[in-house]
Amino acid sequence: MSLIEGRTGSWEIVIGLEVHAQVISQAKLFSGAATAFGAEPNTQVSPVDAAFPGMLPVINRYCVEQAVRTGLGLEAEINLVSVFDRKNYFYADLPAGYQISQYKRPIVGKGKVVLDMPDGTTREIGITRLHLEQDAGKSLHDQHAEYTYVDLNRSGIALMEIVSEPDLRTSEEAGAYLKKLRSILRYLGTCDGNMEEGSLRCDCNVSVRKPGGELGTRCEIKNVNSIRYVMQAIEHEARRQIEIIEDGGKIDQETRLFDAGRGVTRPMRSKEHAHDYRYFPDPDLLPLVLDPKAVERIREELPELPDAKKARFIRDYKLSPYDAGVLVGEKASADFYEAVAKGRDPKLAANWVMGDLFGALNRLNVEVENSPVSAKALGELIDLITDNTVSGRLAKDVFAAMVETGKSAAAIVEERGLKQVTDTGAIEAAIDAVMKAQADKVAEYRSGKDKLFGFFVGQVMKATQGKANPGLVNELLKKKLAG
Amino acid sequence: MTGLTDLTIAEARDGLRKREFSAGELAEAHIAAVERARPLNVYLKETPERARDMAAGADACLARGEGRALEGIPLAIKDLFCTEGVETTAASRILGGFKPPYESTVTANLWAAGAVMLGKTNLDEFAMGSSTTTSAFGPSENPWRRRGDNRPLVPGGSSGGSSAAVAARAAMGATGTDTGGSIRQPAGFSGIVGLKPTYGRCSRWGIVAFASSLDQAGPMTRTVRDAAIMLGAMAGHDPKDSTSAPLPVPDYEAALTGELKGLKVGIPREYRVEGMAAEIEQLWQQGIAWVKAAGATPVEISLPMTKYALPAYYIIAPAEASSNLARYDGVRFGLRVPGESLDEMYEATRAAGFGTEVRRRILIGTYVLSAGYYDAYYLKAQQLRTLIARDFSNAFKSCDFILAPTAPSAAFAIGEKADNPVAMYLNDVFTVPVNLAGLPGISVPAGLSSDGLPLGLQVIGRAFDEAMVLRVGDAIERAAGFTHKPPFIAGGKE
Repeated sequence: MSLIEGRTGSWEIVIGLEVHAQVISQAKLFSGAATAFGAEPNTQVSPVDAAFPGMLPVINRYCVEQAVRTGLGLEAEINLVSVFDRKNYFYADLPAGYQISQYKRPIVGKGKVVLDMPDGTTREIGITRLHLEQDAGKSLHDQHAEYTYVDLNRSGIALMEIVSEPDLRTSEEAGAYLKKLRSILRYLGTCDGNMEEGSLRCDCNVSVRKPGGELGTRCEIKNVNSIRYVMQAIEHEARRQIEIIEDGGKIDQETRLFDAGRGVTRPMRSKEHAHDYRYFPDPDLLPLVLDPKAVERIREELPELPDAKKARFIRDYKLSPYDAGVLVGEKASADFYEAVAKGRDPKLAANWVMGDLFGALNRLNVEVENSPVSAKALGELIDLITDNTVSGRLAKDVFAAMVETGKSAAAIVEERGLKQVTDTGAIEAAIDAVMKAQADKVAEYRSGKDKLFGFFVGQVMKATQGKANPGLVNELLKKKLAG
Repeated sequence: MTGLTDLTIAEARDGLRKREFSAGELAEAHIAAVERARPLNVYLKETPERARDMAAGADACLARGEGRALEGIPLAIKDLFCTEGVETTAASRILGGFKPPYESTVTANLWAAGAVMLGKTNLDEFAMGSSTTTSAFGPSENPWRRRGDNRPLVPGGSSGGSSAAVAARAAMGATGTDTGGSIRQPAGFSGIVGLKPTYGRCSRWGIVAFASSLDQAGPMTRTVRDAAIMLGAMAGHDPKDSTSAPLPVPDYEAALTGELKGLKVGIPREYRVEGMAAEIEQLWQQGIAWVKAAGATPVEISLPMTKYALPAYYIIAPAEASSNLARYDGVRFGLRVPGESLDEMYEATRAAGFGTEVRRRILIGTYVLSAGYYDAYYLKAQQLRTLIARDFSNAFKSCDFILAPTAPSAAFAIGEKADNPVAMYLNDVFTVPVNLAGLPGISVPAGLSSDGLPLGLQVIGRAFDEAMVLRVGDAIERAAGFTHKPPFIAGGKE
């Protein structure tokens, strides 16, 4: 159990997350308006999205399918009948004065997300529910000295609210949960998971308790927009609550905001959340009824998800659970790896992808989709290692050059004369020269100082600019030193 | 000789096809009538130019022998229907200056059938009322007067502008909407025919919403045949309204056989309410005798939950309205009264924009949906609604249609019930259960009260059986031979 220490002993954090994931769809949840990110303000708004008189919502079946797909990906119950409700409150960027959401009867019920823990074990986090709802517009407070401007492009875009059970116990677990959830959504193609563009947002419910004790009063931290901030917000909030309780105080159930600049949470103004939402079924929409056959069809068409892929990588490629877990984290990495590993040594492929490739991508800050070295090119490099054209050590230089120039491995090896020397004559000549120059060391070796063998290997490699085949060098050196 | 404005839609249709007169002439006669009807305050907006344009189009179609169902027929549109480019107010200041960039499905269907728009008619603000006195633009007057009494009477409501216009011959027909009786009750008060179709029969798209689960558009005409013709053009499935029924629209005119042989007419025991005028009871008995004479057999039925209909309605309708009217916030269209903060702007705008009755219903609706009250009010009302609907489906096991009065009284004077909203709400006692059950109902003028005011009888049918409702309504109309005209006639003798 991961606990944090306070003045009066250790405390356990209890965390539940509500994630708002924007559904990948061309059109909005209840109108045909477009959803592309970054359009000019108020250019993707239908009269339905602006709540003009007499306008009526019509459900976008594709968004429903996406929610079902996501539910199935979370191994959740799919509710064949669900109901859209109105959540009523006034705000300038909420045109109808209500948000259409699902309150009592969501489309998806209980499910789960499995986390891979750093020690190689797994931990199951319960999903309480997933429901469909519309996004609100955006208030722009910085465009005019006196007025707030409203952009309704986002108004009506489909969101999935995914609510976890309060199963998370540390900020690291919360981070791992978000990464895993995002990975599943991306595999499914139901949300792009882009937190910077706001297509994935997170509310954190945090409370603290003495280990095994009664649940404490929780606070909700609204709208945190990066995984790092989520972790920071939870850390800070837990410490704040512990301090209050240890000082003899009481936690007020309240909604708070995370101030990323100062790394602290602060209460929202009471006006911002003092709502009685007056939920009731939206009379403009009939209950949403799903055809069980359609649900089965979606189930059959589900892509392989991270957990299944990981198990397959362990089984088929004999990778360690850790390596497999890292590779399946993003579908693009897993696809890249599989393309490299195809017909090659899977362990060697994994080492190259996770080592030099990920290192380079990290350094360049690019996604694997935009890798400067394609899977095919990396595969060719590995082939050159396997057929002894280039040594493993020089291959690293070749790879660096590939990243830099975009040229093929073969071209770089050729150009720079890095071809491995497998000509025994040439290697023997190099060995002879080294032995001659280091005659005293040879004598020491022969008198029993075995450890010097590595020194000779190094000298020979140096003499051949690293191009000598290390296996051959070993073999021939042993023979010659033995006299 | 009677003028063009006195013709029924069916007669005008035949006259136009035979080229006895042109759509242009018919439109001009009605444009003049609309002007003469101004003292009644029935039109909020007159659209004579549009009427002339549309009539010219109709004449061109007729000349090619391509007359559609309502080719050249001048109609009035309740100002709750959004009409593209024509101010749409819902009789509220809050929509001040609002010109919709779209046309409601029902009116678009009417124009596609060749109809001609005369203008937009007055109503209770946001259709909330039974008298057309809550309109922000003043009450409409009923063209009828009590015998020997010149006090102006209400035309009923909320579609009172439409009913008065049709009764006064300032339109051949009009659209109405009916949430709790808003087509049938004004039709009854104004001596015309008003049909509320089954919920889902006509699209609600583009109609300013009052209570979404109850609102339904329907025709208001001077004869049952005209209602059949107009409904045929208005109705139909609309993919833009998720609650619209994907059912074909039958030929309603074909249902008007005058023959009720083999049918059973249900007489609900519970509709003998306290305080109902004796002459209403007499008219009801007369109605039973008429349908019997046409071949139907009366059976007594029971609708035991009737007494809960009004309380349930006055929870559900305001609840939905409180949410539906939240969009009138001064941000995007209509009235805006500036304020120092967003909340102040909301408060100032809505206080200035909404009248007393609308505010009352928003408050009631907000209250019954609030935390702690939802279960006691809204949920209970929904349960009652289910039971009321079950009452009707049980009743329809033993009868084919139900006959009842339209309203417990004839038209009352303007201002008569203004200080007592509950007395006003009681006007809807016979109409509201039909909305809660989503059924079709028609009001047909059947006689005059002792002081000379029209009284209506209501026929209620099974869901989507508008054909039955029209067939019975037609039989009653034939038997009643109601030819009385109101003292005020806007349509002149040409």
